[in-house]
Amino acid sequence: MSIVNAADHAANPAHLDTSTGLDNRKMAFWTFIGSECLLFGSLIATYLAYKGRSLVGPLPHAGRTLTGQQAEGILDIPLTSLSTFVLLMSSLGMVLALAAVQRADRKGAITWLFATAGLGLVFLGFQAYEFNHFYHAGLTLQTNLFGSTFFLLTGFHGAHVLVGVIYLGTLGMLAVKNQLGPERSMSVEIAGLYWHFVDVIWIVIFALVYLIK
Amino acid sequence: MSSEQREIAHDRHSHPGPKQYVMIGVILTLMTVVEILAYYAEEDWGILNAGMAAAVIAILSAAKFITVVMYYMHLKFDSKIFTGIFIFPAALAILVIGAMYIVQQVLPRAGSALGS
Amino acid sequence: MASTATVAAPHAPAAAPHTETGVWSWITTVDHKRIGILYFFSSIFYFLVGGIEALFIRTQLIVPENNFISADLYNQMFTQHALTMIFLALMPLTAAFFNYIVPLQIGARDVAFPRLNALSYWVYFFGGLMLLFAAVTKMAPNVGWFAYAPITERQYNPGPNVDFYVLGLQIVGLSSILAGINFIVTILNMRAPGMRLMRMPIFTWMVLITQVLIVTAMAVFTIAITQLMFDRMFGTTFFDPARGGDPLVWQHLFWMFGHPEVYILIIPIFGMISEVIPTFSRKPLFGYNVMVFASVLIGWLGWGVWSHHMFAVGLGPIADAFFALSTMLIAIPTGIKIFNWIGTMWGGSIRFTTSMLFAVAFIAMFTLGGISGVMHSVAPSDLQQTDTYFVVAHIHYVFFGGTVLGLFAGIYFWFPKLFGRLMDEKLGKIHWVGTMVGMNLAFFPMHYLGMYGQPRRTFTYPGDLGWNWMNLMSTLGAYLLALVTGVFVWNVIRSARKGAIAGDNPWGAATLEWSIPSPPPVYNFREIPIVHSRMPLWEEDASKEPGIPHGKVAEDVNAITVGGTQVGEMEYPDAESKMSAHDLGIHLPPPSYWPIILAFGILLVFGSLIFRNLDGALHNLWYLSVAGVLLVAVSIFKWAFEPGH
Repeated sequence: MSIVNAADHAANPAHLDTSTGLDNRKMAFWTFIGSECLLFGSLIATYLAYKGRSLVGPLPHAGRTLTGQQAEGILDIPLTSLSTFVLLMSSLGMVLALAAVQRADRKGAITWLFATAGLGLVFLGFQAYEFNHFYHAGLTLQTNLFGSTFFLLTGFHGAHVLVGVIYLGTLGMLAVKNQLGPERSMSVEIAGLYWHFVDVIWIVIFALVYLIK
Repeated sequence: MSSEQREIAHDRHSHPGPKQYVMIGVILTLMTVVEILAYYAEEDWGILNAGMAAAVIAILSAAKFITVVMYYMHLKFDSKIFTGIFIFPAALAILVIGAMYIVQQVLPRAGSALGS
Repeated sequence: MASTATVAAPHAPAAAPHTETGVWSWITTVDHKRIGILYFFSSIFYFLVGGIEALFIRTQLIVPENNFISADLYNQMFTQHALTMIFLALMPLTAAFFNYIVPLQIGARDVAFPRLNALSYWVYFFGGLMLLFAAVTKMAPNVGWFAYAPITERQYNPGPNVDFYVLGLQIVGLSSILAGINFIVTILNMRAPGMRLMRMPIFTWMVLITQVLIVTAMAVFTIAITQLMFDRMFGTTFFDPARGGDPLVWQHLFWMFGHPEVYILIIPIFGMISEVIPTFSRKPLFGYNVMVFASVLIGWLGWGVWSHHMFAVGLGPIADAFFALSTMLIAIPTGIKIFNWIGTMWGGSIRFTTSMLFAVAFIAMFTLGGISGVMHSVAPSDLQQTDTYFVVAHIHYVFFGGTVLGLFAGIYFWFPKLFGRLMDEKLGKIHWVGTMVGMNLAFFPMHYLGMYGQPRRTFTYPGDLGWNWMNLMSTLGAYLLALVTGVFVWNVIRSARKGAIAGDNPWGAATLEWSIPSPPPVYNFREIPIVHSRMPLWEEDASKEPGIPHGKVAEDVNAITVGGTQVGEMEYPDAESKMSAHDLGIHLPPPSYWPIILAFGILLVFGSLIFRNLDGALHNLWYLSVAGVLLVAVSIFKWAFEPGH
């Protein structure tokens, strides 16, 4: 039995020296994702609690405000469907990047890591366009409950995507510098967990905010 | 040794390979397409009513959620401990969302329907 | 305890290791024991601060129509008293024990992420300073610890008071979440060989459950205060009724956090008590498995009862009935625990040390608090009690009678492990008697005051309502508590330097932390132990001589202390423990200054936002938040690529 020591984990990727045989960082990341579930869960809960309670427009889907005014629907379903597809494909890129790192395919790793980060950037571009469009259509953080809950929820998600893009870009740079061999595939796997989690949150947001009226 | 040690993560080669990943990507895309179709079926074509469309979309998005978590995040192939660490907060998040929806949307409507 | 750990042959006496003392070594430390001690003294400090705030409140209420402090300052004091006690004193004091004791109990050399651990402390440190700054500059939060909307909105509360609440708690909450993640991984992954989950010491079990609650419940609170922050900083509409916002949404989010929070404060105490009572009864804990499952059940149920804080808002009969029932259900696992503690003592060979006295007092006082809690769960009766002193009595019986008494039991119990010296028993008993008299004098009359209708959070009262003598008693009780807390602090300071040498295991306790020297060497265990049972030390001694060991406190320590005066010191129990980790070939992570820099970046991000609501030249200082974000980003990169970790 080897000595259980935090510092050994960095040097020993097999991680068979933990009580469960599981990697410390990976377990920490799952715990972190658990905490994130509640962060996003509370934001979504607030969104749902206030659904249909805005006093003035614009509203997500055409309908009446709580005060009875007719208001325009502001969400652009075709556009967001496209950005949803982009984020979904980035998740595919992420697993392909992990597979490439695991089989020591440096070129594949570089390609897929940057492709994933790039798709993330495209998603952020869509979101920036959408936010700008909403702003000019008269929906801001301050306008109504929909604006507050929508921007905080999707903005919080967008911030996660941004962090993910930087995260993946850093890993991509490591791969370029030839410092991302199979022995460090755990780093990519953990980044993947983060990225996929951001994706599943978007799956929920897309359904609850955009598609379900 | 310890009981949970027997649940050491499976070897890498039991993970799906790139081919399966692409297949799962295609399935996820198809589910998304059906979701969007369900939206338009209600919105523009009048085939589904609002409740049915919502149900279809909710079920499909839950299926997408589970698919990504199981395959792309490898929970299906990984240690059950990770599943446990994820399930408890995920269940709580659903509780928070559901409870908030009930106390803020369902009960007030039920209350006004009862005339109280 | 046999062991097969690999130990390298000691090197020849090496050059003196680089500085391991001095302020810089404490700032850059990643050793869980030092971080534990930092937590310990910081939280004792805030315990005194919170106590002084309580004295302001009680002095104001000593006589009717008093004008000792203004109504506004009174509002700040009761809010700040709660925030200081909950977030800066009691949670960190439990965290001190998580840090110090848990890795020792599970036979680990450190926590899973030593730098993350240091980060948790420094984030808490800066968050605490921010809240303290608010209090001493009379800009403290003034809305009660649950900060009900819409009084927290900018138009009703234009000063920086609520900003301090939002931003200070944002920082402190972040610290708790980071620590929570760290400890969940530590407990699951860093256990010594053979220590299955059901062989873990009960305190470690309780810490695990607590951390799960922290990482989940704290996240809900983070979002709630983020929304409030956006309302105040960026004009969103979340809790603004004029624009459709619903104050009830805040209440729901707050109590979804707030109720698990009270379990976060009490479940670690259950663990401490469950270590103290078996040790001093010389009997294994009665019903270990039931204890574990009852706590898991409390953790779950704790998430399903939050609206019992909201019976008075009129949620309707369905919600009220549901939450009343779920609240009553919690009494069952709690009752099981109380039964188990009594069952542990039953037939035991009890030694009433100060620690044990506090533990026994905990059972009695916490039961009283629990019973008034069940009274609250009855919705119609709760309507009568809401917002009266009855509620204040209840929470002080569970927080003071529960958490604080339990922590005192824990402090007297583990102090020898932290400092290698025993706390003075005579002073300890004075502390105990004074605390028991003081707390019951201070808090028991509040039950009656509440029933007679005295509202909480009201800074004075007329003299003709018959409340005068009970308020006077309560205030005198608070003064007595202040006095004996002084005795306690004196005892801590004096004993840390001059107390009797403790030895490895002064109490004859059963768990792994008592198998190593006190205080433990920097690497904790020279050889990682192999665990065969829940009570490794009792198991081992039983093979040599029948029965459970008494511990050595009575024989060894009194022998060298005469009439309270120290006449001699024992040899340091283990000369080899003075050998450095390097000499023994044990690799420990090097110190790091990135945790404190990263924590400072986080302070900058949130702290600077305070200025956003100020007028004049200071207003622009909020752009420092952007600098804070950059500092955080740089620190994370430096952190990630720091060599040696």
